Amino acid sequence: MNWAFLQGLLSGVNKYSTAFGRVWLSIVFLFRVMVFVVAAEKVWGDEQKDFKCNTAQPGCHNVCYDHFFPVSHVRLWALQLIFVTCPSLLVVMHVAYRDDRERKHRLKYGENCRTLYLNTGKKRGGLWWTYVLTLVFKIGVDTTFVYLLYHIYEGYDFPSLIKCEEKPCPNKVDCFIARPTEKRIFTIFMVVTSLACILLSIFEIVYLIGKRCRECFVSVHKSRHVMTNTMSSGSTLMDSNRLKVHPGKGTPDTPAPSYRLVIS
Amino acid sequence: MSWPVLYAQLVGANRHSTSLGKVWLSVLFIFRVMVLVVAAESVWGDEQSDFTCNTLQPGCENVCYDQFFPVSHIRLWCLQLVFVSTPTLLVAMYVSYRNHSDKKRLLQSSGRAGLLSNKGQEEDLETLKKRRLPVAGALWWTYACSLVFRLLFEGGFMYALYVVYDGFQMPRLVQCDQWPCPNLVDCFISRPTEKTIFTVFMATASSICMVLNMAELSYLVAKAVTR
Repeated sequence: MNWAFLQGLLSGVNKYSTAFGRVWLSIVFLFRVMVFVVAAEKVWGDEQKDFKCNTAQPGCHNVCYDHFFPVSHVRLWALQLIFVTCPSLLVVMHVAYRDDRERKHRLKYGENCRTLYLNTGKKRGGLWWTYVLTLVFKIGVDTTFVYLLYHIYEGYDFPSLIKCEEKPCPNKVDCFIARPTEKRIFTIFMVVTSLACILLSIFEIVYLIGKRCRECFVSVHKSRHVMTNTMSSGSTLMDSNRLKVHPGKGTPDTPAPSYRLVIS
Repeated sequence: MSWPVLYAQLVGANRHSTSLGKVWLSVLFIFRVMVLVVAAESVWGDEQSDFTCNTLQPGCENVCYDQFFPVSHIRLWCLQLVFVSTPTLLVAMYVSYRNHSDKKRLLQSSGRAGLLSNKGQEEDLETLKKRRLPVAGALWWTYACSLVFRLLFEGGFMYALYVVYDGFQMPRLVQCDQWPCPNLVDCFISRPTEKTIFTVFMATASSICMVLNMAELSYLVAKAVTR
């Protein structure tokens, strides 16, 4: 159970994402997960062992380390990456639920009945809202963790020396962090990639809302045009309804895979 | 034997679960097993080596560590995850037994009739293997029992963790006067805040799983009653 498992779970998500979503997923797995696993974990590997305090008092070192590092950066990033990638699975689950509903409908009414969805994978109706909500959730998670990191560590800086006077330290003790410059570089890198992901998600939301508004506007404009034509030419109401085609409708693509396939 | 093997077993049994069961499996593996492997295990990695006591007495640290950490959190969580996953295998075993007896019945009936061709028989066997059994009758009882066992195991392990460690918080300092420590000795735990955060996280994930299981059980009971 490692990051490859998560990557396997999310590999099916790209089918239902926009171009922004695919770029976002690549950024997350290349620049965040890979850098995290290959580099960041090693930089923080010896963080407690090489955290040295200028005292021989037993326990002072433990207590000072705990005071200045309540949660390690690597654990925060691991949790952030898990929480930020999971909402995409909601989209996959929604598509699987649609497929299941379609299958049950077909079993009930026979093979030649009217389908419930033209294309279960197309972002229309409930699936559009699920997708937008997952984007909002991803932005929320990334923002929360970036803020948490800033709040807990009072900025993204790593001082080489910190002063500690927690009990049982006998007085104000000098403590030295291991590899502060390298940690600072990786912290800034992870924060910048998080901000890039937040920006991409915001662009994606704006794009989706803009596209939806444009489609609504175009269909309203078309129906108004048809109505004026109907009034002037005297054709039946049924004709105008037939012409009120929702843009983007097409022949159904290959059906989405079942939930089992997706998570296996 | 490792987590991917367990995952493969559970995914197979998942086909016959309700939607809530599928959500439960995702929550279990993403928010509990993955967090355990990727984050929690490294937090507890140095728990004994960085457990420091204010004494030079040899053996005192070992004895104090053993008194305050009879079972490590990580081991308790691994055991909890294994026990909680096991009832699902009950369902898998029942489905396998049903498939086996149906297959035997099919082969017997085709042998007696002597009408079905080889190909027809193979197709029937394939559909038998690939079908999804409805959750009714004996499968309903097996599934409901597995949910009850899951709830019991989750509750049991959470309670055990709470009792062994006197709550979900890890103190910074513990005082120990076990032999051979010469007097009441101060011992300092490594990374107590981080450990508290992860203990609370795992307890929350466990509670969410319990809520999901209870919802699933209520759904099954309601479905049976309406039927």
